[in-house]
Amino acid sequence: HTHIYTVEQVKLLDRFSNKSVTGTLHLTATHLIFVESNSTSAQEIWILHHHIASVEKLSLTTSGCPLLIQCRNFRLVHFVIPRERDCHDIYSSLLRLLRPVSYDELYAFSYNPKQNDQEREEGWQLIDLAAEFERMGVPCDQWQLTDVNREYKVCKTYPRDLYVPITASKPIIVGSSKFRSKGRFPVLTYFYQEKKAAVCRCSQPLSGFSARCLEDEHMLQAISKANHNSRYIYVMDTRPKLNALANRAAGKGYENEDNYSNIRFQFVGIENIHVMRGSLQKLLEVVGTRSLSMTDYLVGLENSGWLRHIKAIMDAAIFLAKAVTVEGASVLVHCSDGWDRTAQVCALGSLLMDPYYRTIKGFMVLIEKDWISFGHKFADRCDQLDPDPKEVSPIFTQFLECVWQLTEQFPQAFEFSEWFLIQIHEHVHSCQFGNFLGNSQRQREDLQLKERTYSLWAHLLSEKQNYLNPLFSPSVAESHPVLEPSTQAYHFKFWRNMYNQYDRSMHPRQSILKHVLTLQESKRELEGTVQALKTKLQKFGVSTSPLKPQTPPRERSLPPRPQSLILGAPLLSRKEVQQEEDKEVFGEEAREDAPASTGGERTVEGSSATENGYGELMGSFGSKNEPGVVTLEFGVARMTC
Amino acid sequence: MELSEHIKTANVEDVTLRRPFHPALRGTLCVTSHHLLFSDRKDEASWQLLILLKNIDAIEKRAVGSSGTITIKCKDLLVLQLEIPGMEECLNIASSIEALSSLESVTEMYPFFYRPSHLTLNGPWGLSSTEQYYKQTERLWDRWRVSTVNSDYSVCPSYPSAVIVPREVDDDKLIHSARFRQGGRFPVLSYCHHRNGMVIMRSSQPLTGANKKRCKEDELLLQAVIDGSELGYIIDLRSAQQAQQARMTGGGFESKSFYSHWKRIHRHHERGKVVQESLIKLVEACSDPSHSVDRWLSKLENSKWLSHVHSALSTAGLVVECVERDGHSVLVHGSEGTDNTLLVSSLAQLILDPASRTVTGFLCLLEREWIQAGHPFQQRCAHSAYSHARLKQECPIFLLLLDCVWQVWRQFPLALEFSEALLLRLAQEVYASNYGTFLCNSEQERCAAGVKENTHCLFQSLLRPDIEEQYLNPLYEPTDLAIWPSVHPQSLQLWTGLFLRWTEYAQNMEEAREEVWSIVKEHHEQAGPDRTNNTLSTHCDTLTSFENLMDELTIL
Repeated sequence: HTHIYTVEQVKLLDRFSNKSVTGTLHLTATHLIFVESNSTSAQEIWILHHHIASVEKLSLTTSGCPLLIQCRNFRLVHFVIPRERDCHDIYSSLLRLLRPVSYDELYAFSYNPKQNDQEREEGWQLIDLAAEFERMGVPCDQWQLTDVNREYKVCKTYPRDLYVPITASKPIIVGSSKFRSKGRFPVLTYFYQEKKAAVCRCSQPLSGFSARCLEDEHMLQAISKANHNSRYIYVMDTRPKLNALANRAAGKGYENEDNYSNIRFQFVGIENIHVMRGSLQKLLEVVGTRSLSMTDYLVGLENSGWLRHIKAIMDAAIFLAKAVTVEGASVLVHCSDGWDRTAQVCALGSLLMDPYYRTIKGFMVLIEKDWISFGHKFADRCDQLDPDPKEVSPIFTQFLECVWQLTEQFPQAFEFSEWFLIQIHEHVHSCQFGNFLGNSQRQREDLQLKERTYSLWAHLLSEKQNYLNPLFSPSVAESHPVLEPSTQAYHFKFWRNMYNQYDRSMHPRQSILKHVLTLQESKRELEGTVQALKTKLQKFGVSTSPLKPQTPPRERSLPPRPQSLILGAPLLSRKEVQQEEDKEVFGEEAREDAPASTGGERTVEGSSATENGYGELMGSFGSKNEPGVVTLEFGVARMTC
Repeated sequence: MELSEHIKTANVEDVTLRRPFHPALRGTLCVTSHHLLFSDRKDEASWQLLILLKNIDAIEKRAVGSSGTITIKCKDLLVLQLEIPGMEECLNIASSIEALSSLESVTEMYPFFYRPSHLTLNGPWGLSSTEQYYKQTERLWDRWRVSTVNSDYSVCPSYPSAVIVPREVDDDKLIHSARFRQGGRFPVLSYCHHRNGMVIMRSSQPLTGANKKRCKEDELLLQAVIDGSELGYIIDLRSAQQAQQARMTGGGFESKSFYSHWKRIHRHHERGKVVQESLIKLVEACSDPSHSVDRWLSKLENSKWLSHVHSALSTAGLVVECVERDGHSVLVHGSEGTDNTLLVSSLAQLILDPASRTVTGFLCLLEREWIQAGHPFQQRCAHSAYSHARLKQECPIFLLLLDCVWQVWRQFPLALEFSEALLLRLAQEVYASNYGTFLCNSEQERCAAGVKENTHCLFQSLLRPDIEEQYLNPLYEPTDLAIWPSVHPQSLQLWTGLFLRWTEYAQNMEEAREEVWSIVKEHHEQAGPDRTNNTLSTHCDTLTSFENLMDELTIL
């Protein structure tokens, strides 16, 4: 890393208490790094420039110049820099670094995980969408691959390979694409083999108040005919009816049931990107409030509307899954341009129908198909380059949250745990890997991403064991392939581990998930060792009768907890854990597995009193950690030494 | 009047029973003095439902043609429907249920009739007594003593006959202090911290009144607690304003000038009717499946239940902070000292004391801090969330305690030896039980009614090895550390296990729990028959000896 700047004696403030730590701030070409100077606990915070959403310089205080940094992964850091000069320098350098003007400046193009070209290529070959369609049973007697978009001539934002009904000829396709916003004509995205029912996606028709297009009508007819199970297809417009009506005035709109034979038209009412952006902003404001009361929290949660939007997406996906699996009908999904709400509903609906998408590999395939290849505008939505604030919106985050809500309802149905979702979210914004760069496949090819960057999926698969859900049961998937989630309001919960993921004081101190994972991991290791020893023993001609333990059992330490809440950190081996413990117990937050013999503060990790907000007492703690006498006046405690 | 005289129709055939998420069943309905029995009378595998009449909180009757429907709403939040052919039978059954479910006389209640063959009435009742607790707790011997000043319950009717007080304070001073405290609840020891000897005391409010009366003995008693020079905290569970107002009605607070070594902190806690209404609103919100997300959140907020959970845990955290981190003793009280006081002092102990996190330890804690300390169970738990009866003294403070314990368990799933199942069982037993444990309002009343001689003890029965196993937490790994829960609103959740117990929600969670069980069990089994918690280290040790052996062999 090219070092640009170093400032000593910088304070890092906790956002929920008055606690602070002092350390050194380094600015490099790619990261902002804070290293705590306290040598015993010495936490390091690495912030990728791409993760930074905004930098704010607050007005000078007696202790220095405050710098407030908000990140897209919901981290919020508050530095106080002693000299204003330094603060200003960091601030202006960051502003410059935050606004990359060309793709070449993104981290992905300089990131090198020490892999050779072949390994990189293999990484990119992990996900193969042609193979995925084959898995679904396409091409088949009713659906075929079309080369109409081979040169991106019909639709710039679609992938090259598209699947359409056998009966849809090229003129029909081209005609239909001209009648659809951005040329995004109806194509296959998921095929439910059991009932030969298809899930198709497109953008809104350019119908205005009365326009019609025979080719488009033929196209829908062809989709309908490709499914002998049902005489009609559903057309789901995922927008609220009012929005669709308003679009008619601009020459767009929705399908007129009179013009299309055998369609059943349905609005499902998911709000647009601007509403979602505003909603998330409100949500983050609420959950970032200091000494938040329960009432303000619940009222704020309600007023943000966030969970209502999540439920709307879920409702739409459930409608889709039911139509396909129960009625055996094909469904065509669209919104305005067919790359936001449509992607959400198609992807989530497929996930409900097909257990494969609930595995780690399958989930990658699903994202690659419905989001990346079909042109969800990651660059615009996630603010990668030259941002237009009006284009930014947490559409993909909502999808990840819907999946999380499902993992909560069906603890055994998913191969992955929430850490997998959170890690994906992290990298959608990190621009460290090539997968999510740009807005469309065509753009990605122009950027030569496969030659110049690495694939996230290979990276995630290499640390797969960190993302496993120990409760996953493939047999449950076999007996209940289609998930039927309940949409009762109380099932929709706030995702604390996402939106407050960096606020460590808030998280449960012990995790069943990690505990069970560790048990399984060590079991595997031990079994391996036992096997190896047995074979060795046999070599010596010793019979392998079970030995009784000769030493009394020791106190066993609790499973290791990775330092980062992004539990992407690999499970530590026992030896490392021991070192970790030795290092950490002297810090202010003793770990849950601190050996009782050491003299560390005897509280469980992260739950040191100052962080928990027991009201007034914590409100006025200074930064001093030494135990002192508490004096109280009018019920307010203060620390004195 | 004999109980049986309330029963005009004892048996009805052809009754249809409807329960949530189960198919309707036809069978026979039977009313006895204490139970409602439904049996589907199939030849093989007959299925029965037995409900304690005391468990029934409210019933609603409706006539449909010549038959009637009775909706039964239980205190454990289950709602049932019975379709009874014949209007007269229906009305008879309904009136029997109404009369028999609201018995006032303790000795007529079912625990006095419950005589299972595997239990005998002889032998000690309960898990422990004040004297036994004192004997077992060596750290108390030096500075504390057991006082039997209340042996005839005349000093404080709601205290047990023996209490623990500072050694240097004689009984005479206690009597004076008792006169100065509401209901005679003078400051007594609740917990002595094993790491630094600091204590949690509890009492009721001092009766300073409008004239700022003082009581020398009370001051000396508290002075003796903190041993002269140090500093103690009084956590007053009312707002400063409420404490001021209490003076108008004869109550009050410890003034700074007379208790110079004590610092007062006020924390507002809702009590009585407000908390009861919270429960009613919450249960109502949970039982309407048609709510939109917005409406649900608004109803959840409006019930304020989670706010009560939040304040209880926060104040308990504050107490722990004083005791554990800053090394000061604490006196907790509100007004009467029988509700929120007990809630806060027992939660603080759960956070501080590893001994109270085992099954036995937790039940002992409940016995000491709730049963013996005189929480008026009979008044507080007369009705639950469905009753239309006019509220008198009902208040689900004990349920609130269980909810808070559940929140701690959520955040420290490895630290408690018991599982959610125990909390759910207690939530049910406290309202309607075969056992005498939760009967009456105080030890004095229990004595007078002969509870200990004529009923069985719930806690003893829960600790029988075959029963206890159902309530164990498979992940339990004892830790000596204090377990401070996070009290950010984002960290607290609705206790779905209780409030959504009878919805489809429970099922998937149950399956997942079983899966965790089986994974952990597999490990226990590998550890060998001794089933130690230290499975992995046992393995490691085995392997080390293996390896040593290997090395020797190699050398040979």
